[in-house]
Formats: sequence, C-alpha cells, structure tokens
Amino acid sequence: MASQLVEKYMRTEHLPHIWCPGCGNGVIMHAVVRAIDKLELDKNKVCIVSGIGCSSRAAGYLDFNTIHTTHGRALAFATGIKLAKPELEVVVIAGDGDIAAIGGNHLIHAARRNVGMTVVVINNNIYGMTGGQYSPATPAGEFGTTAPYGNIDRPFDIAALAAGAGASFTARGTVYNPAQITSCIQKGILHKGFSLIECISVCPVYYGRKNKKGSVIDMIKWQRDNSIPVEKAGKLPPEELKGKIVTGVLSQATYPEYTEEYAKIIEKVSGGINYEQA
Amino acid sequence: MVKLVIVMKTLKTIDKWCKGCGICVEFCPKNVLGLIDDKVTVQNKEECIFCGQCELRCPDYAIFAEENNYEQAGFNARQ
Ligand SMILES: Cc1ncc(C[n+]2csc(CCOP(=O)(O)OP(=O)(O)O)c2C)c(N)n1
Ligand code: SF4
Ligand code: SF4
Ligand code: SF4
Repeated sequence: MASQLVEKYMRTEHLPHIWCPGCGNGVIMHAVVRAIDKLELDKNKVCIVSGIGCSSRAAGYLDFNTIHTTHGRALAFATGIKLAKPELEVVVIAGDGDIAAIGGNHLIHAARRNVGMTVVVINNNIYGMTGGQYSPATPAGEFGTTAPYGNIDRPFDIAALAAGAGASFTARGTVYNPAQITSCIQKGILHKGFSLIECISVCPVYYGRKNKKGSVIDMIKWQRDNSIPVEKAGKLPPEELKGKIVTGVLSQATYPEYTEEYAKIIEKVSGGINYEQA
Repeated sequence: MVKLVIVMKTLKTIDKWCKGCGICVEFCPKNVLGLIDDKVTVQNKEECIFCGQCELRCPDYAIFAEENNYEQAGFNARQ
C-alpha cells in the first residue's frame, strides 16, 4: 500500500513509473495531486491533458479523466475540452520543449485568449525523452547533443513569455521546494483564466550529465542556493538576478475568460437555445 | 463529552518503488534515513520528527508517513 494520496489519485498498477532515479517529474506530479486534494476537487471533474515527452507521461499515471495527446499540441486539445465542458478543471502537464518549442504558438494564443486552464510546465532545460537535445529553455553556453560546442541561443523565460502573451496568472517554483510548487498550483487552479506554473525540474541523466552538474542531489542543492523569492527579487538590481531562479507568484491579472465570453456569444446569437437539449 | 484521538505516525517505505536516488537521505533534517543496496532504510526511527520532507521530495513515492487515528470513546473531561 502506498500513501493515501498516491492510492487515491494515481494508477498504482503502473508504478513504479519509468522515470530515471531522481528525475523531478515524479515530485511535480505528486505536487499536482496534492494541490487537487487540498482543493477537494471532484476527481471526475478534473481533466489532465499532456503532450509528448518524459514529463507528459504523467497523464498515464494519474487517475482522473486523462488524455495523452501529440507533441506540442496539449493546449489545443485542452482548449477544445474546456470549450466543450467548461465545468471541468483542465490541468495541462507539459515539458519545456512541448510547451515552448513545437508548442510555442499554442502557448501564446491560449494565453492571449485567457482560456480557463492550469498549465504545469515541467522545465528540465532539455529534451529528455529524445536524448538531450537543447530546448528553448536551455541556458546560453550550456550543452546538449545538438549543441556539442555550447548553445548560442538565448533561452525563453517561459513564465514571462506566457504573461507577455496575456496569461492572467504565472508562478514559478523548484523541485527543491515541492510545498511551494503545490501552493502555486493551488492558486493557479483557483485563479479564473489561463494560469501557468513553471516548475524548475531536474533531468540528472541528460541535462545533468551533459553539463557536468554532478549528482541529482547537487542539482537540487543548486536550486536551493540560487532561488530568490519574488518579493525579495523586486528589491535587487538586475545584475544580482542573473542566473537566479525567481520563485513565487510572478503575475496576476483579471481579463475576461475565454469560455465565458464564448458562452455569451452563443447566448446572444441563439437567444439562449440549449444545444444539449435541442 | 470530549473525544480523545490518538494519532500514531509510522514511516513506511516501499522497496519495490525505491530507485536509490538518495534525495530523502540527503535532505532529511534529522539523519533518520540511509541507503542499503540502493534501497532506502529507516536507520534512526526515534529521531524522526515527521516533518514530511522525505515524502514531499521522493520522486518515486517510496517513503511516506502513515497516520493511524485511534479514538477513545466515552472519555469525559470531568472524570
Ligand atoms: C511532432 C513530433 N516532433 C518530434 C517528436 C519527438 N519528440 C518527442 S519528445 C520530444 C521533446 C521532449 O522534450 P520536452 O517536451 O522538454 O519533455 P521532456 O522529455 O524533457 O520531459 C521530441 C522532440 C515527436 N514525438 N513528435
Ligand atoms: S531522461 Fe531526464 S526527464 Fe526523462 S525520465 Fe530521465 S531524468 Fe527524467
Ligand atoms: S519525516 Fe522528516 S525527519 Fe522523518 S525521515 Fe522524513 S525527512 Fe527525516
Ligand atoms: S527519495 Fe525515494 S527513491 Fe530516492 S532513495 Fe529516497 S525513498 Fe528511494
């Protein structure tokens, strides 16, 4: 028997999961179910949507309505689900490649539309599943199998990208501090509109080895020693924030939510026809 | 009538799920845990303060605190 939380919300017959020893995916998946449990959401009213990647396999382990879709397209599927069933709590779990490389266009438009969903990004700074290619979140100068001499791209700040595109809630945490991730996810779910929580993860096998980051414990300690709460970061000059991870709730705004606006249009045009009964 | 509830906490480990990453061992504030043959073991049970950090950080759900509540019915505060 596993813990009550794991027994209640995970498909334990599929555990242990296939993720490598120390991989941050398991910690973040645990934070997702803890947040859902704390909010006492009805399991049958939650839908977990993922794309493709190591992180996206979470949809297979979680015991809710779940859908494991195609690489980069989780947000497109999630938008459709939310429009068809606005009463569902839609939670997307996506890797940095999934959400910001191939899925970057879906990200900016779902954020711009402010579709009511919660996006949990598992940012391990690399493509894990396919063997360590650099992603749009790989810091400049770091290595990947496709950047054998060092990456010359500047990385995206995924939370800032989403906020800039119109996301109404953004937050960030690290696997060093799973309690903070849990609380950010809770706030993200409670927030009405498009919420994105960037969880800084660890991929000790590809990112860690390629970049000589030491053991997974060294990588987690690095997060501990380089995180700055957003309240404190606001008082520091930009030079002191270089290479640091700013954590907490980063932005929050009130914009019209997409499915509500859509329902209003239907109401206006149809004069209130109930299509489910008609 | 006052209900007396005794909460018993016990550390549980799941050998089959533990991948021996050592994260729980390293971050336990009380040095309760260790690894033997790449599996987590509870070595200083008495020191555990049930802070829950091992459970939060284990990527494999292989360590957790189990809670058992025992209710003592019929307990009257005046007695
Ligand atoms: C359309 C398409 N292009 C490419 C791939 C190959 N592919 C699978 S996962 C992946 C990237 C995984 O990286 P990320 O999304 O960051 O997730 P991680 O594995 O690191 O969790 C790629 C390029 C694919 N499956 N489908
Ligand atoms: S390759 Fe990296 S991201 Fe994928 S399971 Fe292994 S450690 Fe995790
Ligand atoms: S609950 Fe806290 S003190 Fe007890 S073993 Fe886990 S980390 Fe250590
Ligand atoms: S953190 Fe989990 S998987 Fe890693 S050694 Fe501890 S119990 Fe095992």
